[in-house]
Amino acid sequence: MITFTVNGTRRTVEVPADTPLLWVIRDALGLTGTKYGCGEGVCGACTVLIDGKAVQSCQVKVSEAQGKKIVTIEGIPATHPVKQAWLADDVPQCGWCQPGQIVSAVALLNEKPRPSDADIDDAMAVNICRCGTYQRIRRAIHTAAETAGKGGMK
Amino acid sequence: MSEIVNLSRRAFLKTSALVGGGLLLGFYLPFGEPAAEAARAPFAPNAFLRIGPDGRVTFIIHKAEMGQGVYTSLPMLIAEELECDWRHVSVEPSPVAPVYNHTAFGAIMVTGGSSSVWSEWDRLSKAGAVARTMLVAAAAKKWGVDPAGCRAENGRVSDGKGRSLTYGELAPLAAKMQVPKDVKPKEGNYRLLGTPQLRLDSPAKVNGTAEFGLDVRMPGLLTAVVARPPVFGATVKSFDAVKTLKVPNVKKVVQVPSGVAVVATGLWSAKKGRDALTVTWDEGKWAHLDTPEMLKEYAQMAGTPGLIARKDGNPEQARSAAAKTITADYHLPYLAHATMEPLNCTVDYRGGESCIIRVGSQMQTGDRNAAARILGLKPEQVKLHTTFLGGGFGRRANPRSDFVAEAVEVAKRVRKPVKVVWTREDDMRGGYYRPMWYDRLTAGLDDKGNLTGWWHTIVGQSIIAGTPFEGAMVKNGIDHTSVEGGADIPYAIPNIMVDLHSPQLGVPVLWWRSVGHSHTAFVVESFLDEAAHATGKDPFELRRALLADKPRHKGVLELAAEKAGWGKPLPAGHGRGIAVHDSFGSFVAQVAEVSTTPAGEIKVHRVVCAIDCGRIVNPLTIAAQMESAIVFGLSAALHGSITLKNGRVEQGNYDTYPVLRMNEMPTIEVHIAPSTEKPGGVGEPGVPPTAPAVTNALFAATGVRLRSLPITKDALRDEMIRMKG
Repeated sequence: MITFTVNGTRRTVEVPADTPLLWVIRDALGLTGTKYGCGEGVCGACTVLIDGKAVQSCQVKVSEAQGKKIVTIEGIPATHPVKQAWLADDVPQCGWCQPGQIVSAVALLNEKPRPSDADIDDAMAVNICRCGTYQRIRRAIHTAAETAGKGGMK
Repeated sequence: MSEIVNLSRRAFLKTSALVGGGLLLGFYLPFGEPAAEAARAPFAPNAFLRIGPDGRVTFIIHKAEMGQGVYTSLPMLIAEELECDWRHVSVEPSPVAPVYNHTAFGAIMVTGGSSSVWSEWDRLSKAGAVARTMLVAAAAKKWGVDPAGCRAENGRVSDGKGRSLTYGELAPLAAKMQVPKDVKPKEGNYRLLGTPQLRLDSPAKVNGTAEFGLDVRMPGLLTAVVARPPVFGATVKSFDAVKTLKVPNVKKVVQVPSGVAVVATGLWSAKKGRDALTVTWDEGKWAHLDTPEMLKEYAQMAGTPGLIARKDGNPEQARSAAAKTITADYHLPYLAHATMEPLNCTVDYRGGESCIIRVGSQMQTGDRNAAARILGLKPEQVKLHTTFLGGGFGRRANPRSDFVAEAVEVAKRVRKPVKVVWTREDDMRGGYYRPMWYDRLTAGLDDKGNLTGWWHTIVGQSIIAGTPFEGAMVKNGIDHTSVEGGADIPYAIPNIMVDLHSPQLGVPVLWWRSVGHSHTAFVVESFLDEAAHATGKDPFELRRALLADKPRHKGVLELAAEKAGWGKPLPAGHGRGIAVHDSFGSFVAQVAEVSTTPAGEIKVHRVVCAIDCGRIVNPLTIAAQMESAIVFGLSAALHGSITLKNGRVEQGNYDTYPVLRMNEMPTIEVHIAPSTEKPGGVGEPGVPPTAPAVTNALFAATGVRLRSLPITKDALRDEMIRMKG
């Protein structure tokens, strides 16, 4: 039995200890907003926040999540400047990678409220988008930073 | 409520009967189809929309949304005529039914060929116009006035004298109105078309609720992974599942035609079960395939005459008459689609006479029919629900229905709801690649440096041969998709010869975003650049001169050059390259600006893109698709390659098959040429010019001509050293 907090709710799961957190989130908890893309930690589609840090959940064994605070795409409020910027800048295409992109962007802005393009390159290079929405992601991160700077960040 | 339902059904029957003579062919669902049953709204005038009592408009969209924006652009076509309130519309995927067949590609429901907008423009405009006409008629009847004096706007009909009713209020009466015999959609003065509109599917994709195939859930759903052959065409000799069945949560191991399926309660257990499985394979006849050997064979073929795809003028005479010829060989690798959402398909079959499939498919009719064949059911007994697609790029439009058929084979043996999931490695190694290509090109020049002849031999597998499309798309042994963009080059060259070899190999090939054009544009636009430099001409000016009679090519070429500042000074070490190509009814030119380091590292700084796609629906979608296509093209130019060793695919994940990432992203500028021409596609036409624009820019920057993709750091460095020699 492993217990952790997901989006503010305490959850207990009974799964093999080596199961990647990704599959626990998707299969056991039914939170399918977190996506599978590679299983090797090279695409970023499964990114979640663990204790505030962006982590690729396919690389975390569920046993390592014991007692941790996990936030998935579903746990980021709709009013969050990053989600709002993603809509305003018309970022998504197919949409598969976007939850991971958004979670990575939230973590970036938590750490660096006014990121430079180089900061964005560093933080976001882990998240692949096969539809090529990078230019809009960059723009949306700047948009979100500006909104948050005006007091919109929670 | 039941009264509304009954009314709706009667109205639907009446409507269907009225148009029974094929007046508006391809407009209505036969009664009893699921969407018709579900159309429990007061007003469902045809198969593409319904209006609820609250006035909410729902568009039923039959094209798969895979990122290209059809869940926004197709609703815009209907809404332009319907004059509804665009802020209160929703979209749902259509079921599979003949009414949703492609208007130009035959009796099949398919999303592909960058065709959704041009092939649906008339039908969906009329669908909206029919509904609006009936709503106006309903209001006029209620008020006892002439419909001509009423006006529909923003979800209301008004009489111009202060009275107005919402579409929701009018819906029940509208359903009783006669279906207009003829409607004439607008020919201009659009209210919505041509204006930038945000995507309707973004909210669901931003909050994580958009349902993709891999996200399908239902009570008791099992997950399966399949152990597939290590070599294409190999078959199972025997397998040992003793250890697999001891893995917790593994429920079953079943052999299917494509391999051995391990069925468990979730993905991780299924994968662990498969790791514990031992399969002995009969490797078949393709276990010897090695990419370098294949290339040698392709190169040999390129030296022999193939089937003639185009012959203009007198190429033989022109060759001997040329003052000078230049020749070069080009090579392009197999490419994987590598959609971000790996392949998957969920099948609910519990025996009996029905089956429900939930899948992200671009070719629903073929997939549904394949399922019916496997299960011994009638096609209409199989219901296929289209989810969002986490990328398509052609991979989810397989005439051989590989991943859907396989999932049905598993379900047939399990008889419980089961989702077959491909891991990234399964997906990467599962075949159906963009074909590998080898090309030999020769250009003939007269003593003034004019291009007098063009010879192009193409070697590569046919995508279409052996599929149901062969009859329509392979003529005299020539697969149209092998030569498109190569046989029909737009340049004014008096003597042209293009021929084709189509070797038959066991590597499965398929359309990959822009299909043949992804290959032909690279070789044609690169080699034309070579011809320009061989005669001391500016690559932009040479193209311009040879396109004097092609205004749309010339238009985008000039627009891209102007916006990119063609000819203006660049920082030291930077170079600009240009390419122009038409595909899927649209014309695209791109200018790339690149720089390199002495180590051969390449940086693409900027890509300026100009497109003429005729009349437009949503400029935001067009810009997004150009950005997307350029990134797709850059991934292929800089990274993509699937290779074989002993018949085995050497790549497996995004570490060995890299795609472009944020830190490599250039600035992209998109310019849309104003046009009143008929609409063309936008999903694919941005891909072809990217790779040649980049390699042409590299030549401008370094003097090195790279004739094979992907461009590698080592190849560029070695060439730069060799040149300095």
